[in-house]
Amino acid sequence: MTKTKKEKNNSVGVVETKLFTFAGQLNLVSGEKLGPVTLAYETYGSLNKDKSNAILVLHALSGDAHAAGVYAGGDDTGWWNEMIGPEKAFDTNRYFIVCSNVIGGCKGSTGPSSINPATGKPYALDFPFITVADMVEAQRHLIDHLGIDQLLCVAGGSMGGMQVLQWVASYPERVRSAIPIASTLKHSPQQIAFNEVIRQSIMADPAWREGNYYEYGQPEKGLSVARMIGHITFMSDQSMEEKFSRRLKSDHFSFGFDADFEVEGYLRYRGANFVKRFDANSYLYITKAIDYFDLSGGKLIPHGKTIDTRFLIISFKSDWLYPPHQSQDIVRALKRRHVDATYCELTTTYGHDAFLIEVEEQTTLIKHFLDKTFNGYLVTGHYGN
Amino acid sequence: METENIHLDHQVIFSIIEPASRVLDLGCGEGELLYPLVRDKHVRAQGIELDDKSIQECVKKGLSVFHDDIESGLREYPDNSFDYVILNQSMQQVKKVDGVIQESLRIGTKVIVGFPNFAYIKSRFSLFLHGKSPVTKSLPYLWYDTPNVRFLSITDFKTFCAEKKIRIVEAHYLGEKEVVRFLPNLFALNAIFVLTNKMMRQG
Repeated sequence: MTKTKKEKNNSVGVVETKLFTFAGQLNLVSGEKLGPVTLAYETYGSLNKDKSNAILVLHALSGDAHAAGVYAGGDDTGWWNEMIGPEKAFDTNRYFIVCSNVIGGCKGSTGPSSINPATGKPYALDFPFITVADMVEAQRHLIDHLGIDQLLCVAGGSMGGMQVLQWVASYPERVRSAIPIASTLKHSPQQIAFNEVIRQSIMADPAWREGNYYEYGQPEKGLSVARMIGHITFMSDQSMEEKFSRRLKSDHFSFGFDADFEVEGYLRYRGANFVKRFDANSYLYITKAIDYFDLSGGKLIPHGKTIDTRFLIISFKSDWLYPPHQSQDIVRALKRRHVDATYCELTTTYGHDAFLIEVEEQTTLIKHFLDKTFNGYLVTGHYGN
Repeated sequence: METENIHLDHQVIFSIIEPASRVLDLGCGEGELLYPLVRDKHVRAQGIELDDKSIQECVKKGLSVFHDDIESGLREYPDNSFDYVILNQSMQQVKKVDGVIQESLRIGTKVIVGFPNFAYIKSRFSLFLHGKSPVTKSLPYLWYDTPNVRFLSITDFKTFCAEKKIRIVEAHYLGEKEVVRFLPNLFALNAIFVLTNKMMRQG
């Protein structure tokens, strides 16, 4: 009871998703153009007078603009609700938080399920290929629209972390600090391999119809298998043991192909749920975008260039999808350029999911890091006093 | 508690470091040394530390720190990235001491090394009279739970520097509460050396 009450007190409360459409076309990395482009976004807290307290929060693969609070009449809290709110890691009493959806998605921003103005039908596979740099370019238009010259911080986990790194690569002077969590400078062959299996499982479903399924409904089987694969990679061996062990759904084996084990039931449930909320073509396009992602070899900060952006990099010991050594690669790239940075590998069994779950330690790190970025050091006296 | 002694070595290092310089502290703990340097001398500080809890404390103080071990954490830094690299009370826990000191000399103009003196008079008594491994204020651990893997004296370290052609720019010898000037290898609990392998400009 008290917990619910407390939760209400430090929630951002009722929020709504806004849409921002910019005229003109986005010149994509592929050479193609996309336009007009709409981005879905939410904001929490308020922008101060000199517009110096804005933080852009970026979501992972299947996330959306709804990072915190609830919609009127609903009780679905945002995906980072534990981290964004009054006195939380991203303190809405002090900072103005913007969460932007990505292009290519299906949560209000322009993506393959949006109507192609040229045909009046959903884009489907006529949607151009996009990259993480294109996602950031679209967000840059949004940040311009909000009148923010420089962001206090850009933060996000997983694919959100890639967007963070891309922001620094594209617009270092507009980013005072960066927090990439459980992320990487480039997708590894293992990560590409998982994404390829995910894509193949969608495309192998006859209901996918070469992407033209919008009149018929989603390729449910393929998409749910795709998501099941994803969920395995988000957990760890240990977290699965803790969560499911070998527990059965009933008290005996079925000696059939029903879901005997709890872990099977969990994956099926997750897969079935995902079909209701996420567009299969979006999953194809976005996984491809992150496979193309590569800021290694001096592409994050070019040789001979210095940047003032401060970094907080967080990884999780049990994360085998985006393992700590990938975060250490980011750290190495920053060392070479003398960038002010903090790196912390948190001990947790949650695997990749930890960036959504491990609230306490992340809060300590992020809260103080932001405070230092925003306020600098308070000179309180001299050594020995 | 060895706090007074620790305090003294921090004070000495604090006084050595020039304002607004670039400092890397290897094994920075909870930032007890870096924080006053940043606050009062406006140094540009970076710590390296292995302990999660200590890292959280550093971040609470607003310090920048890498979760890494000293032996692998230096490679990527370009030459002369720092004015000072500090290796205080952490060298004795390092396995490849020579490699770490050479790397520190490469990436820093000066290297400040602080370590407990194993030839301190009470250590000698302990070993010589009682036949027991010494436990002192600067080496407070019992043999079975010490993090230290290197046990050295002030004389040992000077010999090491001479052999490796590392120049000792400054030496400070510390007792329990004050600086030791007489027979430091016998009476000092801790020593702090400032090293370089760079040609210093005159004047």
